[in-house]
Amino acid sequence: MKASATDKAIIEARKITKQFPGVLALNNVDLRVYAGKVNAVVGENGAGKSTLMNILSGVYTEYDGELLLDGQKIKFKDTTDARNVGISIIHQELQLVPQLSIAENIFLGREPLTKMRTIDRQKMEEESRVLLSKLELDADVNGKISSLRIGQQQIVEIAKALSFDVRVLIMDEPTSALSESETTTLFKLIESLKRDGVAIVYITHKMNELTQLADFVTVLRDGCSVHESAVKNIPVDDVVKLMVGRDIQDFFVKQPHVKGDVRLKIENMSMKKSGKSGKYLLKNISFDVHASEVLGIYGLMGAGRTELFEAILGLHPTRTSGTVCIDQKSIKISSPDVAIKAGIAFIPEDRKHDGLVLNMAIAHNISLASMDKILKNGLLSANLEQKQAEMYREKLKIKSTSSSQSVAKLSGGNQQKVVVSKWLATDPKILFLDEPTRGIDVNAKNEIYKIIDDLAVEGIAIVIVSSELPEIMAISDRIITLCEGRYSGEFARAEFTEEKILHAALPQ
Amino acid sequence: MKKQKIDISNLQPLIALILMAVAMTMMSDHFATKDNLFNVARQISVNICISVGMTMVILTGGIDLSVGSILAFTGAVAAGLFKNGLEIEGMNLFVGTTLFGAICIALVVGVFLGWFNGLMITKFKVPPFVATLAMLTIARGLTMLYTKGFPITQLGGQFNYIGTGWFLGMPMPVWISIVVISVSVFFMNKTRTGRYIYAIGGNERAAILSGIKVNKVKLFVYMIAGALAGIGGLLVTARLDSAQPNAGMGYELDSIAAVVIGGTSLSGGKGSIIGTVIGAGIIGVLNNGLVLLNVSPFWQQVIKGLVILLAVIIDKIQKEK
Ligand SMILES: Nc1ncnc2c1ncn2[C@@H]1O[C@H](COP(=O)(O)OP(=O)(O)OP(=O)(O)O)[C@@H](O)[C@H]1O
Ligand SMILES: [Mg+2]
Repeated sequence: MKASATDKAIIEARKITKQFPGVLALNNVDLRVYAGKVNAVVGENGAGKSTLMNILSGVYTEYDGELLLDGQKIKFKDTTDARNVGISIIHQELQLVPQLSIAENIFLGREPLTKMRTIDRQKMEEESRVLLSKLELDADVNGKISSLRIGQQQIVEIAKALSFDVRVLIMDEPTSALSESETTTLFKLIESLKRDGVAIVYITHKMNELTQLADFVTVLRDGCSVHESAVKNIPVDDVVKLMVGRDIQDFFVKQPHVKGDVRLKIENMSMKKSGKSGKYLLKNISFDVHASEVLGIYGLMGAGRTELFEAILGLHPTRTSGTVCIDQKSIKISSPDVAIKAGIAFIPEDRKHDGLVLNMAIAHNISLASMDKILKNGLLSANLEQKQAEMYREKLKIKSTSSSQSVAKLSGGNQQKVVVSKWLATDPKILFLDEPTRGIDVNAKNEIYKIIDDLAVEGIAIVIVSSELPEIMAISDRIITLCEGRYSGEFARAEFTEEKILHAALPQ
Repeated sequence: MKKQKIDISNLQPLIALILMAVAMTMMSDHFATKDNLFNVARQISVNICISVGMTMVILTGGIDLSVGSILAFTGAVAAGLFKNGLEIEGMNLFVGTTLFGAICIALVVGVFLGWFNGLMITKFKVPPFVATLAMLTIARGLTMLYTKGFPITQLGGQFNYIGTGWFLGMPMPVWISIVVISVSVFFMNKTRTGRYIYAIGGNERAAILSGIKVNKVKLFVYMIAGALAGIGGLLVTARLDSAQPNAGMGYELDSIAAVVIGGTSLSGGKGSIIGTVIGAGIIGVLNNGLVLLNVSPFWQQVIKGLVILLAVIIDKIQKEK
């Protein structure tokens, strides 16, 4: 159904302008969100999507322009204010308290009380369980957030947003950390929310989600709204064109790689779960990677992909067993600095916790793992450091005011680009990438694929984990699958099909 | 472009310091005299030495409550060794010590106590607050044991010179604090370890994953804090010409205040040595000014506390914008 002029938007933003020091993040942007409809907001990294959502949900209270709720002007004092009228947001960067349990996080700040005015834990846990089962997350509601993988944390965040009485649900890249099956569950849930008349704002960089899910699409470019229409009225290619502001011809095409010698050989890698359960997170995994080869590792959430990287990097030496050989030489990696010295670089999945020092400058983050490169006579050279940062800023198009801007001030996708730069700067022999394009826009994704491809041509061994099958199939020479911590299949490029790989990754 | 940018967050305490100095000049004829200004500089030199170490510790996300006690112990050791030499009971061993030797041994003692702090924190995972709180009483106890509760006095001109002498037109303690400041600013901005200190406080896990040997850096930082407390101990002892068993009590608080007023975040990762020096300056000018204005010592304490609050509140408001 097409919204006609008579359809009333639940919430409407009019001529919103938001200025940060040195950056005009939003410039006269309009947005309308209708009951029972999904309005997708798309745009390149740094286009202003999250900023707009932060205004709609009361995070930013200083801006020009106005918000209308049911046609009435409204100004939120804070997020609670927005929540009270039914606006709930799932932020791009997760906002959970790691030391608290799932249930405590969901009800943080509005814990149900018993008659004695103490916290009604039973009720809290009960309701949390219901929410989690709706989202098909199999986890103990009393378990700490810190023990969850980032994708699971994302689901808790969604559960939290749903635990309010929502009229408008804002989702800022909710699927960037989700597996395919979790995404399907989420989409089912969104359908049922639509039937209940909830208005949904949905931000994504995955263009296929547009056609699957959205009724309307708004395109932002450099803080301006450049297009607004029903999704069915515009082909996806045109949306991408509008986002970028020009035709993009150079889609990624993989070059042939001439496989070299074995670079990295992993044998019988096992890792126990922490605690006394004696269960294994990884069991007897063996594989090798050659110079000039891109090895994809595919597995569902919980298959042990990230754990495998952590085990190899020596993050949990007491729980890990197995051997690692680099260039035919056995090496004992007891901590990450040994791994880095041996030429391994690791682009982690969770940029906020593992990748970045948020309040440090872009340039300082980029040089952090390769300080040797910016030394001159043993001392840091601001000049060299700056030059290096400028190079990556340009190469990966990191949208920022200068290389001394603090990373905290960057949009999510641009932060991810800083993490990628930091590890490329180490000139690794072996590069591990864990979901490297999480939150990165279509255009920049291609840019990163090209860089990975070129590195492989130059002789670097690359291991990439991704939950996006099309991505991993596009760039890998070979794919191995993991399932529940075990090796479960291997495919050469000629044999790649989505079905075969997915089948191997599923528990039998 | 080539020059390092000045951190704007440093500017704010500096403005406060200048405003205070201007106000004092208008309120008291005595304030802006050369004598008085040197006096202020000499008074804050001890706090500066301690606070430089404290800044590094706080930047890693830690805290050091033991600096006052370490100061007392190192001061006592230096004084004792200088005056009485090294005497090991029961072994009939006596070694006379030169001033230089006494100073070196005292500093080694400071480094050792700092190392002990760092070991507890990195190896045994004792929270910094607790580990250094324990050291606060341990080092105080050691001081009492070493001095038997009595001051060690009459150290003589040579030792005294460090605290009260002049060199090239400036008091010795001022020279010493200038050296401490210069070396540490250079260290923080120009060396890898300096950068790692910021990274660890900003995000320890990211630092570990970047291959930084976090425990080593932390250990080092607590050792430096111990050494600088040692230098503070020498200055205090030299100025008074005696090592008091209860010297340095409460100094950790003045030091933390200087760090915080100087804009360093107590949660780590953010701040600077220069900010701390300015913070120490603010406290020094405040102390001096209140004395010149004949404000009662009790009110002085109240006012100092309020200034600390004000500084932090202004900082918060500024950052939220
Ligand atoms: N707190 C802030 N201070 C200064 N600049 C900011 C701040 N937050 C965002 N910006 C800037 O505003 C612009 C828009 O950022 P925003 O986070 O809205 O982008 P986005 O469209 O969500 O991008 P992404 O797809 O990468 O998440 C960016 O250039 C960013 O650097
Ligand atoms: Mg965003």
